[in-house]
Amino acid sequence: MHDAADNHAFFLFTDIFFGIPALLAIGFYIGAVLATNRRKRYRKWPWQRTIFFVTGVFLAASALIGPLSRQSHVDFTAHMAGHLLLGMLAPLLIALAAPMTLLLRTLNVNFARKVSRLMKSRSIRFFSHPIVASILNIGGLSLLYTTNLYTAMHENLLLHVIVHIHVFIAGYLFTISLVYIDPVFHRFSFPYRTSIFILALAGHGILSKFIYAYPPAGVLEEQARIGGMLMYYGGDAVDLILIIILFRHWYQSVRPRRDIAVRMG
Amino acid sequence: MKAMQDKQGDSKNRATFWRRNLWSGILFGLGFVAFLDETLFHQLLHWHKFYDKSTVAVGLVSDGLFHAFSWFATVGGLYMVADLRRRGALWHKMWWGGKLLGGGVFQLYDGTIQHKIMRIHQIRYNVDILPYDLVWNISAAIMILVGIGLIMNAKRDQRQGKGAFSHA
Repeated sequence: MHDAADNHAFFLFTDIFFGIPALLAIGFYIGAVLATNRRKRYRKWPWQRTIFFVTGVFLAASALIGPLSRQSHVDFTAHMAGHLLLGMLAPLLIALAAPMTLLLRTLNVNFARKVSRLMKSRSIRFFSHPIVASILNIGGLSLLYTTNLYTAMHENLLLHVIVHIHVFIAGYLFTISLVYIDPVFHRFSFPYRTSIFILALAGHGILSKFIYAYPPAGVLEEQARIGGMLMYYGGDAVDLILIIILFRHWYQSVRPRRDIAVRMG
Repeated sequence: MKAMQDKQGDSKNRATFWRRNLWSGILFGLGFVAFLDETLFHQLLHWHKFYDKSTVAVGLVSDGLFHAFSWFATVGGLYMVADLRRRGALWHKMWWGGKLLGGGVFQLYDGTIQHKIMRIHQIRYNVDILPYDLVWNISAAIMILVGIGLIMNAKRDQRQGKGAFSHA
């Protein structure tokens, strides 16, 4: 176990390591919005997206720095609340903020071409594949809660940092592999994405009940029960938003054309 | 005259989209029963348990899959209704038939396979469970029968081109 001085150094490092990039991300996003809104040929960037982005980054940061992250070390329920924010709600809000679209509209044509070439690359195609992203997401969580990784993460700073970055990136990839907000170069059909999504959501639910019944090493039974239920119902709530967006996109994509309606009537 | 043409247009659209009407009903019915199960029996009455120690592993998987599927079924089923409405193709009799069928099939599966064979959880604890199981499963069977009856009736209306069909 750490002593107080060790703990202090541990959290001071994570506060700086995660806090500065979070502030920079918000700064760059708002800067890009202000800069491109001034250009005449673009329409105004929707202000809701800026709100989504700032809220998303704040929620992710609140799981990584400050009181919630300290509480997470001793309290499994706090850990789970942080995980929901960092791995599910923050990625969803940031995806809704369309950061890629903003980047492409900010860069000059040459750089924008390079970025879109990168987006079409094999590795991006691989990691944003719905199956790969789901395995990274749910598989990563299974490893965390069914092996002693969960205990080890609290002892080792490097593991702590890697696990938290993984939770966020896996959550983000999962979100953008299922609902298309930013430009997507490798598209999958609605039935395909729906099927994968159902399996991933089922995996999330099964893992929550597994945690409820078999607490991870070092977690008290009472805390595992509350944490498991929080993961189950919190996951449901965020996934419900994702499902609504997915079907809304389907609804828009199958809109009947006027002329067809007239011919049929 | 215009209303007359609209009516004819509607019944044509219904005939074209009868499968989407049926499936939308089945999906929504399944999702709705799962939703009622969650809110009534888990959250409000606290009869069901989140996790019952006697659950077998396959039960956990089955429960997880059905729970996930029910979310999609509810939302997807309703978006399909919105799509049918905008096409003037919503066919209430077919949709209700599908809804009762889907809801009944899920309730029967939940009441027999999930509760009894996989032992996910029981309807209620510390009571004589038999009357609960009977009410649960018989009401499921009734929903299935009425649902099938409505679907067959809707198809008959369509074949006979009955007035009831164009007003349905």
